[in-house]
Amino acid sequence: MLVKNLIPLAAGALVAMAIAGGASAATLVYCSEGSPENFNPQINTTGTSFDAAFHVYNRLVEFERGSTKVVPGLAESWTVSEDGKTFTFKLRRGVKYQSSNTFKPTRDFNADDVLFSINRQWKADHPYHKVSGGSYDYFGDMDMPKLLKSVEKVDPYTVKVELNEAEAPFIANLAMDFATILSAEYGDVLMKAGTPEKMDQEPIGTGPFRFVSYQKDSMIRFQAFDQHWNGKPPLDGLVYSITKDPAVRYAKLKAGECHVMPYPNPADLPKMREDKDITVLSQEGLNIGYLAFNVQKKPFDDKRVRQALNMAIDKKAIVDAVYLGAGVAAINPIPPTLWSYNTSIRDYVFDPAKAKALLAEAGFPNGFETDLWAMPVQRPYNPNAQRIAEMMQADLAKVGVKAKIVSFEWGEYRKRAQAGEHQMAQLGWTGDNGDPDNFMYVLLGCAAARPGGSNIAKWCHKPFDDLLVAAKRTPDVAKRTGLYEEAQKIFKEEAPWFTIAHSVVFKPIRKEVVDFRISPFGRHQFDGVRLN
Amino acid sequence: MLRFILTRASLVVPTFLGIMLLSFVLIRLVPGDPIEVRMGERGITPERHAQLLHQFGLDRPLWQQFASYVGQVAQGDLGVSIITKSPVIKEFAALFPATLELGLSAILFAIVFGLPAGIVAAVRRGSAFDHGLMGISLTGYSMPIFWWGLLLILLFSVQLGWTPVSGRLSAMYFVEPKTGFLLIDALMSDEKGAFRSALRHLILPTIVLGTIPLAVIARMTRSSMLEVLNEDYIRTARAKGLGVFRVVGLHALRNALIPVVTVIGLQVGTLLGGAILTETIFSWPGIGSWLVESINRRDYPVLQGGILLVASLVMLVNLAVDLLYGVLNPRIRR
Repeated sequence: MLVKNLIPLAAGALVAMAIAGGASAATLVYCSEGSPENFNPQINTTGTSFDAAFHVYNRLVEFERGSTKVVPGLAESWTVSEDGKTFTFKLRRGVKYQSSNTFKPTRDFNADDVLFSINRQWKADHPYHKVSGGSYDYFGDMDMPKLLKSVEKVDPYTVKVELNEAEAPFIANLAMDFATILSAEYGDVLMKAGTPEKMDQEPIGTGPFRFVSYQKDSMIRFQAFDQHWNGKPPLDGLVYSITKDPAVRYAKLKAGECHVMPYPNPADLPKMREDKDITVLSQEGLNIGYLAFNVQKKPFDDKRVRQALNMAIDKKAIVDAVYLGAGVAAINPIPPTLWSYNTSIRDYVFDPAKAKALLAEAGFPNGFETDLWAMPVQRPYNPNAQRIAEMMQADLAKVGVKAKIVSFEWGEYRKRAQAGEHQMAQLGWTGDNGDPDNFMYVLLGCAAARPGGSNIAKWCHKPFDDLLVAAKRTPDVAKRTGLYEEAQKIFKEEAPWFTIAHSVVFKPIRKEVVDFRISPFGRHQFDGVRLN
Repeated sequence: MLRFILTRASLVVPTFLGIMLLSFVLIRLVPGDPIEVRMGERGITPERHAQLLHQFGLDRPLWQQFASYVGQVAQGDLGVSIITKSPVIKEFAALFPATLELGLSAILFAIVFGLPAGIVAAVRRGSAFDHGLMGISLTGYSMPIFWWGLLLILLFSVQLGWTPVSGRLSAMYFVEPKTGFLLIDALMSDEKGAFRSALRHLILPTIVLGTIPLAVIARMTRSSMLEVLNEDYIRTARAKGLGVFRVVGLHALRNALIPVVTVIGLQVGTLLGGAILTETIFSWPGIGSWLVESINRRDYPVLQGGILLVASLVMLVNLAVDLLYGVLNPRIRR
């Protein structure tokens, strides 16, 4: 289907170029925010690095551009066994690898490349495992070592993956950046030449753009890959002009020195909207900012207290004052862009009188004293945790709750919150794979409620957890949707969190950029984009 | 002279060790380690954390880490970046020419405009030019670099469209870095127009980085000249009927230059400090933004190595300035 879409696009771009008098080839300049660590997403953790390598590679499955939907990539199709533990992938034939000055591929993509890419991260005895530091954080974070039982090549175009337990979100994991497919042949060539680390610095993949050059802190250049299996992308060239300061990125966008910029200063947005050369795209981010109540500590073990506090804090005031139009009030623990978001759930209404009554009922007519943790850093889902904490503190004081604001250095903060040292703590999450499991199971499941786990409410509620586990076990999306919708109801009733907001992501682009879509994952994707 | 050089050079070793110790300790006083800083909300298990610390040798006692670091540096090895895994010296070598190009251009700008301005102000002491220059130089000296840079960008790049906003070269050109000095590389390349583009990209950063040194040099030249112009031998020269240019240009300037040269030497430190901000504003791929990032990411080897290299350069320049006194004033040579 994508091929069908791309052909008219490419044709349109050619026509446009012809009209423009065959002007210089269509090169899009993207003012990126920083330098990548390297060009292999398997060993990266930052969005900046993922962006820089994204177009060079493909994955077995891909996220559809601008959505969280998983579509075929290098795997044309796949089947899942009855028990949900065995995945069989049919690989696409005739997929070419890019070439460079040092490497000319002699064969097409096949199952060996899939095994190479997974085993490099998985098997400690793989010749590439220790190359470039050998740290595969995302592979570990997504629990792949625990999940994978075996990965086998059935024939050159069939790969069978067996899991230790049924895990429906596994497919979505394979669309993530860490699941990038490298070239095993390139690996062999480099190993023989004694320069294996070049694999991560001079990338070769099957993606829509070929890597040309990189100058640290300055520029990354890509060229359209003519032989891409999905057709040559409409753009001829792609340049990342590394520009760290948002005000300067804006100036470059205005001056026409770049076409797309990420992470604008919120204060610049009104001006950008007035500019006739600039379009500001926006989308709710795949994230959530929240205040977690530690249910293992008094008085938050009492549901009524948690509900009362949900009513005592003026959420709208916080979203208006702190997010400055770049956030929407959060009701559920997952963002509205995610499938299975339950739209029927109503949020607690801000009502201090009712909150006070509920507190009295729970045995705290005069309120109580508590701590209130605020992150020391700005995060995508929370632009100013300190300010939010101050506003919450003021609201809580009105119902008699005296909150003391506490903060630590970021690493320390996270560690202590995960250990459960707090009574109330702000934190948040940005989704990895567009699966509700990636929010709910990771942040609210019983397994994560252990000391050190990422469920910082330390809330383990069996009826809720059972739903999540059941949803993990079935690959049927309709069934899973029902389970997650039910789970969200329980979540709201039990109120382990005060859900604060989902941030809104803004992308200012120049008017001549056509069909740029905001990625829910924060990626910047240019393979279907055209320039007028 | 030789003894003078040797005395100065012998001071370099303890200074060097001091800088190593300082950069080593200071970055470790900043809370958070390179592993934790990289982790997002998910955090990291204590086992994995310990494993990674061990991998980078950060689990050993501090004195051991320092001792092995000193040993490493003694062999000319500055280590490998924790983030990019490439050797610190290689990264420095790739980025430093950009900083040097900008720094040289800025100091040249400051000298070319500052020196004559200071001389004229001294000769025409009390004139409108003198007052105007002193006022402007005070303004220039107190100008916050960040604000000044953005102001120039908004005026010259966005409003007037005379200069590019940032970067070193337009995305249209592709110049293979050979020397790392883009002006030279662009001249040597086949790309037509690349040199002009590189030059245009250099204008605003040069002005921004050169403003403070320009103000300092102009003021210093003026006061030093005023002092010299009041000396007896100048009066004698004038009485002998020598022309203004000969008196000011030859007799006065040469003596007045000594403190000015000192100040220019000291400006190297200021320039490197200013370069950090200037490079950030103009997306200039030099060592300034590289060092700042290494602090944010707690990339210990980069920060230690970077500071060490920069400090060595500042020391070298100061040594060169000391030697230059001798050239300017023969009495010091003896």
